[in-house]
Amino acid sequence: MIRDTSVLSRLWITFVWLVTAFFILNVLAVIAAVVVSSFGTRWLGTWIPDAFTTRWYAASWAEFQLDHVLVVTFQIVFTVVILSGLLGVTAAYAMARRDFPGKKIVLLIFLLPLLVPPITFGIPLATVLYMAGVGGTFWGVVLANLVPTVPFVILVMIPFIEQIDPKVEAAARVFGAGTFKLFRYVLLPMLLPGVLAAMLLVLVRTVAMFELTFLTAGPTSQTLVVALYYSVFAAGVRSVQSIDAMAVIYMVTSLIWLLIALRFVNPTQIVARGKNATAAAH
Amino acid sequence: MSLASLSFNQLRLERMSRAFGTFNALNEIDLTIRKGEFVALLGPSGCGKSTALNCIAGLLGTTGGGIYIDDKRIDQLKPEDRGFGMVFQNYALFPHMTVLQNVGFGLKMRGLARAEIDERSHAALALVRLQGQADKLPGQLSGGQQQRVAIARAIVIEPPLVLMDEPLSNLDAKLRLEMRAEIRRIHNQLGATTIYVTHDQDEALSLADRIVVLRDGSIRQVGTPRELYESPLYLDVAEFMGFRNKISGRVVQAANGEATIEVGGARLTGRALDALAVGDTAILAARGDDVIEGVSGTNAIEAAVETIEYRGREFVGTANTDSGMQLVFHGPRNAELGSRVRLEIDARRALVFAAQP
Amino acid sequence: MSTAVDTYERPSPAARVIERPGLRQRLANRGIDGVTLLILPALLFVLAIFVYPFLYGLVLSFRPLEGESAFANYIKFFSDPYLYKTIGATLWLAVPVTIVSLLLAVPIAMRVRLMKKQRLLTTILVLPVTLGTVLVAEGLLNYLGPQGWFNRTLLTIGLIDAPLRLVNNYWGVLASLIITVFPFTFLLTLSYVTGIDPALERAAATHGANSWQRFRHVMLPLLVPGLVVAACLTFVQAFAVFPSAVLLGAPSGPTRVISIAAAQAAFEQYDDSMASAIAMIMAAVQLLVVAALLGIRSLFYRGSTAGGKG
Repeated sequence: MIRDTSVLSRLWITFVWLVTAFFILNVLAVIAAVVVSSFGTRWLGTWIPDAFTTRWYAASWAEFQLDHVLVVTFQIVFTVVILSGLLGVTAAYAMARRDFPGKKIVLLIFLLPLLVPPITFGIPLATVLYMAGVGGTFWGVVLANLVPTVPFVILVMIPFIEQIDPKVEAAARVFGAGTFKLFRYVLLPMLLPGVLAAMLLVLVRTVAMFELTFLTAGPTSQTLVVALYYSVFAAGVRSVQSIDAMAVIYMVTSLIWLLIALRFVNPTQIVARGKNATAAAH
Repeated sequence: MSLASLSFNQLRLERMSRAFGTFNALNEIDLTIRKGEFVALLGPSGCGKSTALNCIAGLLGTTGGGIYIDDKRIDQLKPEDRGFGMVFQNYALFPHMTVLQNVGFGLKMRGLARAEIDERSHAALALVRLQGQADKLPGQLSGGQQQRVAIARAIVIEPPLVLMDEPLSNLDAKLRLEMRAEIRRIHNQLGATTIYVTHDQDEALSLADRIVVLRDGSIRQVGTPRELYESPLYLDVAEFMGFRNKISGRVVQAANGEATIEVGGARLTGRALDALAVGDTAILAARGDDVIEGVSGTNAIEAAVETIEYRGREFVGTANTDSGMQLVFHGPRNAELGSRVRLEIDARRALVFAAQP
Repeated sequence: MSTAVDTYERPSPAARVIERPGLRQRLANRGIDGVTLLILPALLFVLAIFVYPFLYGLVLSFRPLEGESAFANYIKFFSDPYLYKTIGATLWLAVPVTIVSLLLAVPIAMRVRLMKKQRLLTTILVLPVTLGTVLVAEGLLNYLGPQGWFNRTLLTIGLIDAPLRLVNNYWGVLASLIITVFPFTFLLTLSYVTGIDPALERAAATHGANSWQRFRHVMLPLLVPGLVVAACLTFVQAFAVFPSAVLLGAPSGPTRVISIAAAQAAFEQYDDSMASAIAMIMAAVQLLVVAALLGIRSLFYRGSTAGGKG
């Protein structure tokens, strides 16, 4: 790559890095503020709290019934992950392997739930779910969360499946594998890395999905992020530190999965998946 | 039941056709292949040779006609029920399986015992000279080694028919020659009936017992390598078999299976393959190595040298005749560019075709 | 040996029977077979849980709880300043956020593309996206608050004399939006920037273009189509701002964004019809802006950014 060495461009480069550093510093400070606060006793008008304690975690755990919330969160998240994997991978396989009339329209239909923000389609969706009697229940939350995740799995898996040579499948057939054996011995082992990566990304996104869960959850089907929202919303009733403790618990929950996911996928994938498909649909 | 256990006498394609929409990729192919034969399907890309192979394998459905093994119709069978072996163009090895697992795949699908699978797979690997590589993954092998694995995978199931789809097209020139000999050796050793698709005439000539030339989805000519090399029935087949020089002229003499054409004062004689009468327009076709720069002057035409290359034992050049046709010729000397040379054409090896209307 | 097999004569044209392939075969020729049917579960799901509710919401919005006209909800929305001003309030947040994010993303992405180890940086940036808006809002309440580290630092440096008011108003929401949306924009932009063949820039340099000219005449024209897509996605995200507008902003004042109005109609007034109408208006505004941006995009070059073959 070409390096420019004039004073002006050096100044410009320094400026760009300063802005980047400023942004990152603030992001880290925001996170640190939450963590420090959650361990602090009294924190008023000083740089750091007077003393440190862990009692807010116990308080928060009991106050917000976090054991229950966590169980519900993971039940919902894993159900969403498994169902979106099943629905998404099968559809992605068909999309990757067959050209059929109307394929572009189908792709557009799969793309829309990723492009329309959840709050926009969530309100009519919640209306329909409540009308059908699943609003506020476990399955209502699962259904709502599947709306963006199924298309997400499809879009992640299509290029992954496309890069597997269809001749390998042809070879398996010629050498005597029927549909089931083809799937069991050839397709499944080859697809597994991609499927796992896609499902991890779904997991990370579902843990953090606020809007759809907020719109469809009832008191017994809240996930951690919604519980966090309500506790911040009703702040004043409870101490700031116990809310921060809950925020840290939430943060740890999603960061664990993020770290696992990052071992397998490029960070850009968490964000940039819609773009290629957007380009393809135009 | 798998067909693999059946011994058979012949594979018959009866008016086998395949259309993609309105495009006929294969047009009523009739062909009979005997047990033990090595048949090459030869033709330029898009001629339908790979389509034909995929139809026989069952990877593509036919849209007309039938495929028979002896008297049993098989074109409705799924590929996994036909029991054939196949070597794919890019090898199509299973990337997640070891070499041994790749080779043993067909046996495993047939439900054989583990010990027998291993034993036969090792034997097949020995046949393709890949002992010691059994536990590697395909990605760790070179192109030629992957090719050997693909061949071992196809022959280990002892199939009645082995299909090969341009198996050498991904190898470099030297390796291609080596693997060509290898394929022939294995065929001689096992005697498996083989259908071999290629666009390379040298490959077809050196490997096959019989060559089927395809063009635009139809069979143009079937014959032994020698028949095709020496007596192509059509001008386009001739071109494909290396008759690169085409000289068109008017027939001045036609008798006893020979014809003489006149072009710009020169008279050229060759074997007549079409019924020709004096006065017809005809095309004389000759291979580059049958057009020699010489001095004797019989059956010769004058041309101006345009390019000349040193090829070791001889020189190969192009030259333009006065009527504007470009000829490839071989010669003993480094002829000067632009100089006029006399090109002699071997009358016994040149062919005269009627000009296409 | 039989000669019929060995010799091949020129075939004489004979009448051939044309067989008509079966329905299954004809469908397969068009790409429809058992495998194609595998899309059905996912397609039916998206149609039932996404497309149908959306259309239902559209119909429902024309069946108001009160008022005779089918357009009563829309008339009410556009005549009540408490409602129609939400569009302006949301745009006033979403547009600056989009512009700032893009203006930051492009130069940073141009630098980061030259880095060998991008992974650490992209990982840090992906944090706010993963943590989500609620957590960022909660963190900012503390960090930007009058006693928070941000104000404290400015006071210590001496830039200000009294703490800035940065939460429970417009600025808090703007900051939280930038923190959650910028990484998204940046990573998209980075993937576009790295998708441009570096050889093109080298070619420009050998033809005498300095770094600004290379950016202006080579990189930027190739980037514009991608940047427009990034702008669309960023805008749509920012326009749907919800939890941070409630938690960090002044939800009944300057940061009463359109999604708050919709949520209130649905959960406080239990007026599904009105809520759907507001959701439809939200979708329409997003669609208008995206259509306008894509319209601009169609004016630019949209081909390969690979340079050379492919």
